Amino acid sequence: MASAYSLEFEKPLLELERQIEDLKRIGTERQIDIEGELEGLQAKLEALRAEIYRNLTPIQRVMVARHPRRPYTLDYLSTIFTDFIELHGDRLYLDDPAVVGGWARLAGTSVMVIGHQKGRDTKENLKRNFGMPHPEGYRKALRLMKLGAKFGAPVITLIDTPGAYPGLGAEERGQSEALARNILEMSGLPTPSIAVVIGEGGSGGALALGVADRILMLENSVYSVISPEGCAAILWKDASQRERAAEALKLTADDLLRLKVIDEIVTEPVGGAHVDPDATGEALRDALIRHMTELRKIRPEKLVRRRAEKYAAMGAYTEA
Amino acid sequence: MAVMAWFKKERKPRTSQRERLEIPPDAWEKCDGCGHIDLREKFEKALNVCPECGRHRRIGAEGYIELLTDPGTWRELWANLRSTDPLRFEHYPERLVSARKKGGEADGIYTGTARLDGLPFNLGVMNFSFMGGSMGSVVGEKIARLARRSHEKKIPLVLVSASGGARMQEGVLSLMQMAKTSAAIALLNRDCIPYISILTDPTTGGVSASFAMQGDVILAEPGALIGFAGQRVIKQTIGQDLPEGFQTAEFLLEHGQIDDVVPRASLRDTTARLLRHMKGQRPQAEHAELS
Repeated sequence: MASAYSLEFEKPLLELERQIEDLKRIGTERQIDIEGELEGLQAKLEALRAEIYRNLTPIQRVMVARHPRRPYTLDYLSTIFTDFIELHGDRLYLDDPAVVGGWARLAGTSVMVIGHQKGRDTKENLKRNFGMPHPEGYRKALRLMKLGAKFGAPVITLIDTPGAYPGLGAEERGQSEALARNILEMSGLPTPSIAVVIGEGGSGGALALGVADRILMLENSVYSVISPEGCAAILWKDASQRERAAEALKLTADDLLRLKVIDEIVTEPVGGAHVDPDATGEALRDALIRHMTELRKIRPEKLVRRRAEKYAAMGAYTEA
Repeated sequence: MAVMAWFKKERKPRTSQRERLEIPPDAWEKCDGCGHIDLREKFEKALNVCPECGRHRRIGAEGYIELLTDPGTWRELWANLRSTDPLRFEHYPERLVSARKKGGEADGIYTGTARLDGLPFNLGVMNFSFMGGSMGSVVGEKIARLARRSHEKKIPLVLVSASGGARMQEGVLSLMQMAKTSAAIALLNRDCIPYISILTDPTTGGVSASFAMQGDVILAEPGALIGFAGQRVIKQTIGQDLPEGFQTAEFLLEHGQIDDVVPRASLRDTTARLLRHMKGQRPQAEHAELS
């Protein structure tokens, strides 16, 4: 369990956990009553964890959003959805493993689920390209969204990417076009749609799965026009200024709710989604079912009209 | 004797050189592409295309408005929209002040309505000299309004892009302008209102990944840099140099990403002809014959 913590600001928790482990070992070895002391330490651990997580700075949230043990799309597909059948390929060029999707059921209802997929280890990350799709990934996603809409299924997208892949092949095969097409087509998809940022919402590569009737964010996920590192490199020519950039970019779930970009924040367990993926999944499942139930009562034409109105209202300007 | 004749001949050009020197030194311009030096007047007459190598220099938004509209028909719309600082992003208000000094009050785009060969249309031209033509809320709002106006009035839309992408200082609100503009373009698609997208140097990031790549027809100027990711980022990612001509208009044409590369001198004519095709109008006399 101790290995769940790998972030710098979680070090004090790691230390306390070690103490608790030591105490337990001593207790068993020497057959002495440690109950009182153990309870005290555990209470202290929980209090400290709550304290740390209540006051996460923006860059710390970025770290939690990128946590290597954070639940990914396929984790949610196996825990909160049933009857998942993965569908592959864009029917044009290849199957991009950085995006996964297919039919699944949410509380018995058939839905089309599509999400970015990161890898847990180096080998899997090479396959998944660290969750950075090529154009084919976005084209697969669009194909599946249209397939869902064709048969009246709500479309649920799970967003977790550093961004669309910036490489030679991606440019040659039209990364811009793939993103632009998804963003346009999603605005007119004649079926209920819910997008959830479950980890990293990295710019255009996130938005290309993110145009929907409802947009939710997990509490410790982030969503931004550029990574804090990229922003710092451009503005201050210094990627180590990412803390300052994370602050400036207003990329936390709270910020996005305030900016009226998202509709709801899905609460994570204290300590982040990675300490209790099941509880996170349950909270996400409840929110998805609630929104899906509401949206399914609305006619598709009305959904599309409201979606357009919602995006038309986004932004801040004055008329002099 | 022959040698003397040669010396005599030499004298004449010298006088003409003296004459040329009387032209003020700032009347000369050099092409960044081939080094060709010529009178500014000559560059301007050629629409800022090098008479020697054909390199297209950047021209301002005003240049495209003049190029693509019938004289006296341009009427600017929504020039009163102003960027605010919704994120309280450090130094953004100061950046906006200096951007207005340098790039005028239009923010990142001029929007308006005009005629082209008599045909009414809506035109948006990105203003690269205002914070690199970056798309914040004002740019997104102006494009969305222009597209909705095209939809309401059933007249075509032409957008000329020149932008580094989304405006970082408005954070995720800038990102959402990609969705906002796209949703407005989707209306045109649905009701078959023509939209021509013209890509100029440079068109990258959030602009290329939204409305710029959504045209019914997508044209680009020769040599324009067009792509999603910045070249520095790609170089860092792949750890090697980029191939020659990567992300140029010609590269995109070769890879099937755009409809054509059109020299500036024929941009007006090509746009007008396309609009006539898509609006079901008869051709202008000069295009009525077999081509």
